[in-house]
Amino acid sequence: MIPFSVFAAESGVMLDKAPIDTTDNASLQRGAESFVSYCLTCHGASYMRYNRHRDIGFSNEQILNKLVYTGQKVGDLMQSAMRKKEGEEWFGVVPPDLSVIARSRGADWLYSYLRAFYRDDSTVTGWNNLVFDRAAMPHVLYQLQGEQRLTIKSGDKGEQKSLLLDKTGNMTVAEYDKFVGDLVNYLVYLGEPHANNRKSIGLMVIAFLIGMLILSYALKREYWKDIH
Amino acid sequence: MSKQNSMIEWIDKRFPLTSNWKAHLSEYYAPKNFNFWYYFGSLALLVLVNQLITGIFLTMNYKPDASMAFASVEYIMRDVDYGWLIRYMHSTGASMFFVVVYLHMFRGMMYGSYRKPRELLWLVGMAIFFVLMSLAFTGYILPWGQMSYWGAQVIVSMFGAIPVVGETLQQWLLGDFTLSDAALNRFFAYHVVTLPVILVTLVFVHVLALHEVGSNNPDGVEIKANKNPKTNIPVDGIPFHPYYTVKDIVGVVVFLIVFCGIIFFAPEMGGYFLEYNNFIPANTLQTPDHIAPVWYFTPYYSMLRAVTVNFLWVDAKLWGVILMAGSVVIFCFLPWLDRSPVKSIRYKGPYFKIALTLFVISFFVLGWLGTKSPTPLYTLLAQIFTVIYFAFFILMPWYSKIDKTKPEPKRVKE
Repeated sequence: MIPFSVFAAESGVMLDKAPIDTTDNASLQRGAESFVSYCLTCHGASYMRYNRHRDIGFSNEQILNKLVYTGQKVGDLMQSAMRKKEGEEWFGVVPPDLSVIARSRGADWLYSYLRAFYRDDSTVTGWNNLVFDRAAMPHVLYQLQGEQRLTIKSGDKGEQKSLLLDKTGNMTVAEYDKFVGDLVNYLVYLGEPHANNRKSIGLMVIAFLIGMLILSYALKREYWKDIH
Repeated sequence: MSKQNSMIEWIDKRFPLTSNWKAHLSEYYAPKNFNFWYYFGSLALLVLVNQLITGIFLTMNYKPDASMAFASVEYIMRDVDYGWLIRYMHSTGASMFFVVVYLHMFRGMMYGSYRKPRELLWLVGMAIFFVLMSLAFTGYILPWGQMSYWGAQVIVSMFGAIPVVGETLQQWLLGDFTLSDAALNRFFAYHVVTLPVILVTLVFVHVLALHEVGSNNPDGVEIKANKNPKTNIPVDGIPFHPYYTVKDIVGVVVFLIVFCGIIFFAPEMGGYFLEYNNFIPANTLQTPDHIAPVWYFTPYYSMLRAVTVNFLWVDAKLWGVILMAGSVVIFCFLPWLDRSPVKSIRYKGPYFKIALTLFVISFFVLGWLGTKSPTPLYTLLAQIFTVIYFAFFILMPWYSKIDKTKPEPKRVKE
């Protein structure tokens, strides 16, 4: 039994907490490399430029060596290698752009989703997902995670669904969780690359304003002395 | 004569500089008992300036084109220097505009600021509110995300509910049979040119009207009725500048701490200021499961959805539209609905206090319901609170008249 339990009650699914730390450059770099090798083939991140990854500690040269596979320039946008029309033919839908996917879906959803694929012969791809029923995407990472099977137990709280690891993959469960964790961490960074910068500037702005508050309040008191 | 004075004299002969400075600042006498609730007028002005300035910079990089709009917003967020800051200042400013305007309006309701002689001031304020709502609506469409698109679809379809002319009117507004690039382009034009010009003009008129009649205060006392016979200055008045300018600066700094706290640490405000679904590009073929407008429109949205039955030969949808429009327009009648002999809540009786409390509760409950998917229970709640919301206004001539009021003082309290 894998260490997370997702149960589909009427209210929806319980999501697992994603281990997010966008200041951890090592994790972001691992996530970026996994992203370009596993996701970018079908999905674009077409609002993001490759050279933005200098923010997470890559040099231009490292970016060209580790992230750019398609002969693009370092200042180019991260376009998908697949044409939209092909995507629609192969999957029924155009795979969505992932630039801001973490902002619409949320990190926990992505973290749970990428770990919740299971074998299902009734679907076109042979895969289904506990978090996103009948997802059009097949389990791209199955060689890493292995194959899961859905088990349904009916208890007093209604149906309880859980996933069982049938065939092991190249990674242990802990390794795979960490792999997905890094990937989702990267997706969160990708959603808003300036977020860390924003927070650190914010601290200075608030500190400045608190100083202003003390001064402006002293000024107000001085002027209002003769009123009260 | 100093150089500065001679310069001012030169200008004064050609332009009423000193007289206007005196009339509106250094010799505009405001009551000395303004409290917390009196910060929000000047704060609304601050947010207006913020929206105008950040808006100009956003226009420099935004593309009002259905195929490019979403990407251009992300371009601003990533590739434009400090574009993320400008964008968050604008998006947070939009929500904070409504926060300060709602508090500003609530102040007016508490202290009877809409009463004679300030009826016109109140009406100009309501006009500002309508323009602000139009600005919010046209602005929310621009990122061309799922909520932009489908939220606009809901609002536009309301025009279609108007009998006879509805559909023609809708097409005329959209410039197309459906919400499309044509509409995005014209809403952009309204958002950046037409509506801001009207808004700024109305704000100017609002301040002019205020300075004609003078400010109300928490006691609802007319300070102009009690002037020092020698100086002809209200005894309870103090010059706006420097007293309220220095006081408002404190208010501005406190506001900025909150404002910047949101901008820098929670720009999405838990999905209330920037909805999560709006980070999905507009898809004209896929209706989202749940369409919710931004928080400041949710009370009216609840009322729109509250009517579920056809009634008096008018169908439910049109009733919803009538109620929704009515819920906003009805504020305009407040000066004539209130029959109380006193202005301020401090001297009004229990009926008014209970009515106002119920009104505030219903506004919040309706707002909360508007963010939820409708269920039979929620719809019932929305119906109940819609009735309470309207009862506050419709029953006001009656309960404000029979209410047990306390005598209004002659002078403001310290």
